[in-house]
Amino acid sequence: MKKVELINFQKSYDQRTQVLKGIDVIIEPGEFFVLVGPSGCGKSTMLRMIAGLESISGGDLFLGDKKANHLTPSQRDLSMVFQNYALYPHLTVEENITFGLHVKKIFKKEQKMRCEEAGEMLGLTDYMKRKPKELSGGQRQRVALARAIVTHAPLCLMDEPLSNLDAKLRARMRSEIRQIQRKLGLTMIYVTHDQTEAMTMADRMMILNGGEVQQIGKPMDIYNEPKNTFVASFMGAPPMNLIHAKVKGSSLVVDEQWLIPMSESIRAAAQLNEVTIGVRPEHIQLANDDEPGFVVVVSNVEVLGTETLITFNIGDKKQWIARWSGQWNLRIEQPLRIFIEDQHLCLFDAQTGGKLDGSQDSSFLNKEWITI
Amino acid sequence: MSLTKKIVTYTLLASFTLIMMFPILYAFLISFMQGGEVLQGKLWPESFSFDNYISAFEKVPLLTYLLNSLIVSTVIMIGVLAVSSLAAFAFVFINFKGRDILFYLFISTMMIPWEAAMVPNFQTVQALGWLNSYAGLTIPFFALAFGTFLLRQQFKTIPHELYEASQVSGISRFRFFYKIALPVSKTSMVTLGIYSFLTAWNMYLWPLLVTNNEAVRTVQIGLKQMQSQEISTEWGVVMAGVVIVILPTLVLLFLGQKRLQEGLTQGAIK
Repeated sequence: MKKVELINFQKSYDQRTQVLKGIDVIIEPGEFFVLVGPSGCGKSTMLRMIAGLESISGGDLFLGDKKANHLTPSQRDLSMVFQNYALYPHLTVEENITFGLHVKKIFKKEQKMRCEEAGEMLGLTDYMKRKPKELSGGQRQRVALARAIVTHAPLCLMDEPLSNLDAKLRARMRSEIRQIQRKLGLTMIYVTHDQTEAMTMADRMMILNGGEVQQIGKPMDIYNEPKNTFVASFMGAPPMNLIHAKVKGSSLVVDEQWLIPMSESIRAAAQLNEVTIGVRPEHIQLANDDEPGFVVVVSNVEVLGTETLITFNIGDKKQWIARWSGQWNLRIEQPLRIFIEDQHLCLFDAQTGGKLDGSQDSSFLNKEWITI
Repeated sequence: MSLTKKIVTYTLLASFTLIMMFPILYAFLISFMQGGEVLQGKLWPESFSFDNYISAFEKVPLLTYLLNSLIVSTVIMIGVLAVSSLAAFAFVFINFKGRDILFYLFISTMMIPWEAAMVPNFQTVQALGWLNSYAGLTIPFFALAFGTFLLRQQFKTIPHELYEASQVSGISRFRFFYKIALPVSKTSMVTLGIYSFLTAWNMYLWPLLVTNNEAVRTVQIGLKQMQSQEISTEWGVVMAGVVIVILPTLVLLFLGQKRLQEGLTQGAIK
């Protein structure tokens, strides 16, 4: 277990464009910390800087209590799993796992023991004498994991380790990695672009975009309270539904069709002409007869067995997706009456995308949605 | 493939092979002929006797020459492999300022013919007192731009993650070089090894310049010596010498062929 601390962490390749723009975060010992963001957001760069494979352009890196800016990768006492596994093709599984252990002054006997232990943990015992090319993708993945485990390094870095696996195997490896991390008490920094991986594995996660931190927090907090529209649309599958609305007097007007009356408090809080409304797909309900709702037209239906995703048009160009549990047999172009509870509405600044305070507070909205 | 097509293909292949092989084949046949037979322009020797081979060994110290050639070629091969692989490794895995410019400068020396550098090289070797020594015969050939280029291209195909993974586990550069980079590049190493061995084996001008006694002379000079030793050349004996000289090259090619076809990088990634 090891604490990792980044202070004003920066990276620039040409002194002009910044790939990472000053990142501050403390990763606690034994924490499973996920870095997530779209491709090119700098998450892999950040991981490689922590590993020591890229130089640090500005700011400080502390591993444990030791400043690590100028340490070589091996001095940082960490292990790393690469996206393409980086197995040595001419060595057997066993040699791959133990290769490099002699540097840490571990005796042959101890090496063998650790190798067997890691092999057993990952179900590789029968493959110890094989070469990487004789293994399936999942098995290679396990060898890469085993190689990280045998070093007994307190900090483990993973760079999109599951992206080369098929969906089924990925789901299994996700839980395996998580279990091993818990069992060994590793501090884990895990990079992924897959928000499902991030949500399911992380103790805490950091969402990066364009080299800037968008939000750091527990997966559920991020899901429930996204700080801005980027986080709202990045996390969740399908993502949060967003649409622009104009503030007109005491109401929010969506695409000049729907009118949402506002309470006094929100008008005071948000002195804006335009806002963005966000609603999670699962919070869009079918309105009961006694509930106020608005009518939309179904444009696509995906029945997934346990749940159904309903796509409908809202406004001129926008499409929203609703997620209902169960199997719904809906016709295309069938009109539906939709209802959203006030507490599930998120409001964002239309210009900056930042969340408006108090939008979780349902009191500012009147109960009724009125169709003009 | 239809039968006619097969017949045409194999006839063509066979006739081209015959054309290509004819000089060697004819040399082989001449090596069994008596002097008169050669001049009569016969294609087939009257009898297969090894007299020419015996006299080839008697006329010049062919065995010494063969041994010299073997030593010189092997040393050059090892030297080329060591120097080229280390240089190529630096060009691929070590980041330093002006690396690419240095590399292009390095391979641009391929455009300078070896003969153009012969005089300064000779002077250097002479000044070092390396005339009539294995050092003078071998060391000037260690740095081979082509070899460095070939191995650099090979090393570039090694996924960089392998190097990074070894850095994370604390493996030294040199250990990575000889435990990972070299074994993975076995095929290219063998190719380069054979190439440099054969080039060294066939070397004529340089050994002629830097040697003037029989103790260190190589076979190619021996052959020339045979040809010019007497007023009327005994072609049978010369060809016997030629056959002896090309044998090691052929053996090397047959041995190397299998290695050359082996692919080794499979399964490194993904």
